[in-house]
Amino acid sequence: MHVILYKETLGPDITLYRLYAPDVAAYRKPGQFVLMRISEEGERIPITLADVDRDEGSITLIIQSVGKTTLQLAQMEVGDSIPDIAGPLGEPTHIEKVGHVLCVGGGIGTAPLYPVAKAMKEIGNRVTSVLGARSENLLILEDRMRDVSDDLIITTDDGSKGNKGLVTDAISKLVENGGKFDQCICMGPPIMMKFVCILTKKLGIPTIVSLNPIMVDGTGMCGGCRVTVGGKIKFACVDGPEFDGHEVDFDEMMARLNTYKSYERVALEHYSEETGCRLEASLKQKGAK
Amino acid sequence: MQAGSIIEAKGGKMKPAERLKIPPTVMPEQDPKERIHNVKEVPLGYTPEMAMIEAQRCLQCKTPFCIEGCPVGIDIPGFIKAIEQGDFSTGVHVLKQRNLLPAVCGRVCPQEEQCQAVCVIGKAKKDPTKAVMIGKLEMFLADWEREQGVYATPPEVRKTGKKVAIVGGGPAGLTVAGDLIKYGHDVTVYEAFHKAGGVLLYGIPEFRLPKAIVQTEVDYLEKLGVKFRYNFIVGKTSPVEKIVEENDAVFIGTGAGLPRFMRVDGENLLGVLSANEYLTRANLMKAYTFPQSDTPIVKGRTVITVGGGNVAMDCARTALRMGAERSLIVYRRAEEQMPARLEEIHHAREEGVEFHLLNNPVRLVGNDKGWITGAELIKMELGKPDASGRRRPIPIEGSEYIMETDILIVAIGNSPNPLVPSSYPDLDVTNWGGVIVNEVTGQTSVPGVFAGGDIVLGAATVILAMGHGRRAARAMNLYLSSGRWTDLEDGLELCRAEVR
Repeated sequence: MHVILYKETLGPDITLYRLYAPDVAAYRKPGQFVLMRISEEGERIPITLADVDRDEGSITLIIQSVGKTTLQLAQMEVGDSIPDIAGPLGEPTHIEKVGHVLCVGGGIGTAPLYPVAKAMKEIGNRVTSVLGARSENLLILEDRMRDVSDDLIITTDDGSKGNKGLVTDAISKLVENGGKFDQCICMGPPIMMKFVCILTKKLGIPTIVSLNPIMVDGTGMCGGCRVTVGGKIKFACVDGPEFDGHEVDFDEMMARLNTYKSYERVALEHYSEETGCRLEASLKQKGAK
Repeated sequence: MQAGSIIEAKGGKMKPAERLKIPPTVMPEQDPKERIHNVKEVPLGYTPEMAMIEAQRCLQCKTPFCIEGCPVGIDIPGFIKAIEQGDFSTGVHVLKQRNLLPAVCGRVCPQEEQCQAVCVIGKAKKDPTKAVMIGKLEMFLADWEREQGVYATPPEVRKTGKKVAIVGGGPAGLTVAGDLIKYGHDVTVYEAFHKAGGVLLYGIPEFRLPKAIVQTEVDYLEKLGVKFRYNFIVGKTSPVEKIVEENDAVFIGTGAGLPRFMRVDGENLLGVLSANEYLTRANLMKAYTFPQSDTPIVKGRTVITVGGGNVAMDCARTALRMGAERSLIVYRRAEEQMPARLEEIHHAREEGVEFHLLNNPVRLVGNDKGWITGAELIKMELGKPDASGRRRPIPIEGSEYIMETDILIVAIGNSPNPLVPSSYPDLDVTNWGGVIVNEVTGQTSVPGVFAGGDIVLGAATVILAMGHGRRAARAMNLYLSSGRWTDLEDGLELCRAEVR
C-alpha cells in the first residue's frame, strides 16, 4: 500500500501528490512513469513521475483531474493509501551534455519535464525553458523550473502571465533573436507537441517528445499504446515513452487517444450517480439517528 | 497388445468388458443461448455420482500410458481408482502429489493430445474423444476439495535457509514456487501485475477458468509460505543483476507476453486490438462489469477475430459476451489445421461464432474518425505442406473482398516477453527471443539462473509451462543443496528414480 504523504493543489483540478513507494523510487530515472490503480475495481492509468525522494522512499506525481479515476484520486487525503503502483516503467531520458537545451512544457506536461530539465542542467547543459498554459492559474512548477533553467519564458494563451500567445511563438522569437539550440525536449498536450515538432523540424533542432497514450499493463504486453514512429510500430510503454518528435505520427496518436472517449463519459456519469447516491444514503442514515 | 491383457487383476470388481461398455459421462454445460449473456463457467461439473461412474470406465492399466502422456506425470489411474471407491480425499492427495494446480489443469489442459490421446479405452473404441474423461475427473476432484473448504496442510519442512526468486507469477513460476517451498527454501515471487496467475488471470476468460479458482491456488501457496511481491517488474523496479545477486537461485518465467501484429495497412485504426489487450481488459480488469469496474472495453455489433488458436476462440467467445451480434473467426488455413482445442472450437460454434476459414486480411479500412469499418480479406487455398507439416495456405489472386466490422482482434500469437532478456545481456536467447535452457534442468547461460514456460517455448500451453516448472524446480533443489552447476543433469539422473 502506498500512503499519501503530502497533497497540494497547484491549480484548478491540478494536484501534487507525494506517495510512499520506495520500490519505485529506488531505481527510477528521469523520463520514466508508473502505472497506478487506486481501488479494487480501478483501471490502470499511466502517470509520469515528476520527482522522487529516495531518503523518504517517496515519489511525486502531478495529476490533472480529467476522468473518473483522477477525480476519485483527488478525493483522497493525506494518510489514505493507494493499493497499486507499478514502476518505474519505460526507457529513461538519454541525458547528455549537448550544449544548449530548450525545454518546452505545456500545462501539466511541465511535471515530467522538470526532472529531465534538472538532469540536463546538472550534467552541464545550458537550459532555456519555455512554459505554456491556457492561463496563469494552470501554470505549474514555475519556481522549480526557474531553479534549473538559465532562462525561463512564460507564455499564456490569454496573456494573464508572461507573453500572450503559444509556446511556438516564443520559440520562434528565441531563434529570431539569435538563440541556438542543440536539443529540444517537449512535453505537453499532443497538439502542442505536434506543432512544436513542426516548428523545430523547420528550425533543424532535434526534438524529443514524451507520449502518454492509452496503456493497460505498461510492460509491452497489450500493444494498446502503439504509435507510429518513423513509419514503424512502437510501443510507448517499453520503446518509449520518449521518441524523436520529428518521426512521430501525431495525428494517428491523437485519434487513438479518443478510443474510449464515450466510455469515459459513461464512467464519469456512473461515478457521479454512485457518489451522489452514497451521499444521499449517508444523509438518510444520519437523519435516522 | 490386447487391452484386456494389461489390466491389473486385483483392481475393481467389474470386468474390463463391462467397463468398456460404459459410455463416456457427458459433463452438463450451460445452455449456449444463455451462457453468451453471462461470464459464468460453461461446464457445470460432475456430481459425485457422475464422477464415480466415469471412474469405472478406467481399466487401471498395468502400464499406464496416460501417466507417460502427462507432462507432470500425475498418477492418473491412482486418483481415478480413489474416485471409483468414493474416497475423494485420497484422490485429491494422489493428484496433488504431482500437480499443485489441478483445478486449473482439469479445465485448460489439452487432454485430448496428452493423457486421453493414449488412453487404452479411447484406443479400443478407435475414438480418442471416447477415452476416459481424465481432465473432467481431475476438475471434479479439485472442485470437490475447494468446496470442502479444507485444504490438507503439508507437513512442516526444515528450512534450508536458501533464498529463491521467481520472476513471473504465471503457471511455470507458481509451480516452481510450490515445489521449492515444499523443499524448505525461502521463496519470493515477483509479479508485474497487481495479482498473481499470469495468463491464467489476464488471458484465459472467466467462463473457461473462474478467477476465484486461480486466487484459491495462489492463496494456498501463500499459506505454504511463498511470498509475493506485486507490481514488481524485474528489470525495471530492480535490475535483474540485483535479484540474481541477492538470491541463491532464480527462476525466470515471464511468459510470452509480446503480441504479434499482422503488419498490414490500417492496423493502428481505432477498434483494432491485440488479443492480449482485449482479454486483459475483459479478464484481469473485469471490463465485463464496466462501469462498475473502471476499465472499459470497445464494443461493436460485429467483431472479427483473426487467428485459429485457443486465444482466438477465447476472444471470439468473449466478444459475444460483450454484446456482439456477430462474432467471426477469420483464419488463413482450414479447420483441420486450427491449433485450437476441439472442445474450444465446438463451444465457440455452439455459441454462434462464425468461422471464415481460408481467409486472410490484407488490409484494414476505416472512416474519417480513424475507426475501423472493415477488413479486406483474400481467399486462400491449401498448397503443399510447409515446415510445420501443415499444408501451406496460398492466396487466390483477385479474390479480395471487404468484410464489414466494428472491431478487429489480432490473435495470431505472442512472442517471449523481451523485458528480462533485454535488460540482462548475460542471458542467452534464440533469434526469436526465447531464453535458451538445458531442456532437462531449465538451466540458462547464467549460473544459478533457471527459466521455463513460454519465455523458453514461445506461446505454448499452461501444462507445458508447469512441466517446465516441475523439472526446473527439481534441478534447482539439487543445485541449491549441492552447489553443483556443471553436469547438473547427470546429478538429476542419479536421483531420478528416487524422485519419480
